[in-house]
Amino acid sequence: MVTFPGSLDEVDAARAIELAGGEAVGLWHGDADLKGVDAVLLPGGFSYGDYLRCGAIARFAPVMSQVIARAGEGMPVLGICNGFQILCESHLLPGALIRNDHRKFGCLDQRVVIRNNTTPWTNAYEVDQEITIVLKNGEGSYVADEDTLDRLEGEGRVVATYVGNPNGSLRQIAGVTNERGNVVGLMPHPEHAVEDLCGPGTDGLGFFTSVLGSLAAS
Amino acid sequence: MARVVVDVMPKPEILDPQGKAVQGALPRLGFTGVVEVRQGKRFEIELEGEATAERLDDVRRMAETLLSNPVIEDFEVRVLP
Repeated sequence: MVTFPGSLDEVDAARAIELAGGEAVGLWHGDADLKGVDAVLLPGGFSYGDYLRCGAIARFAPVMSQVIARAGEGMPVLGICNGFQILCESHLLPGALIRNDHRKFGCLDQRVVIRNNTTPWTNAYEVDQEITIVLKNGEGSYVADEDTLDRLEGEGRVVATYVGNPNGSLRQIAGVTNERGNVVGLMPHPEHAVEDLCGPGTDGLGFFTSVLGSLAAS
Repeated sequence: MARVVVDVMPKPEILDPQGKAVQGALPRLGFTGVVEVRQGKRFEIELEGEATAERLDDVRRMAETLLSNPVIEDFEVRVLP
């Protein structure tokens, strides 16, 4: 789990990883050292104050050179919210996230449908399984050109779609994966839905048990 | 010293919610007849020495890699007189 200046959700992400049975290792944006981790999570928040564009500065942080290199070798990488924006800015994922079409920050329990359960981050779910996790973003509207959207849908690379459309995302896309399937970007937050006490349930836990299962199997 | 401007604009096909918000506010202030507003960014870059073709190529690379996101934005580079 990488902390950038302005990251917000790395503590919740660490907690989710531990609840799923994993060991969370904190990584610092300024260190080009992944400390031997088996997977990387880029958390939500407002890295570098969202200056220039969301994720645009974080993409050039020293830690990202290692993340990009290891992602290319097949290491599982999950970017949530701002992490998704960073993965798009890094060109690890296609498309971009722009301001919500309704121009307001949204914070709500959101129903999401899992469309691809072959990634290391989603294999604990069923295809077309509906889950409720938290959506909180100001710039979460997923855009890409029509050819890219057709390709993503055709190749099964849309990982999750919204029920309804809370932010103007094209084709209701909530998450996508790269060609190899190891890098996943997701706008809503599974790490905020891992305990009944403080969230809309435990539907988000599957992302973390998925990756632990994948790593154990390999 | 040369001053170079990089204008970055959202691509025409990309929704521009900020421009839309400004467009919505103008009639409330009494400005009528505005058909569309698009909001972009302007970077002013000061270079050592002259703005040679090589230096301007550097600026274009800056614009492609950091100043703009080619997925959603177009840019233009020009030298200020």
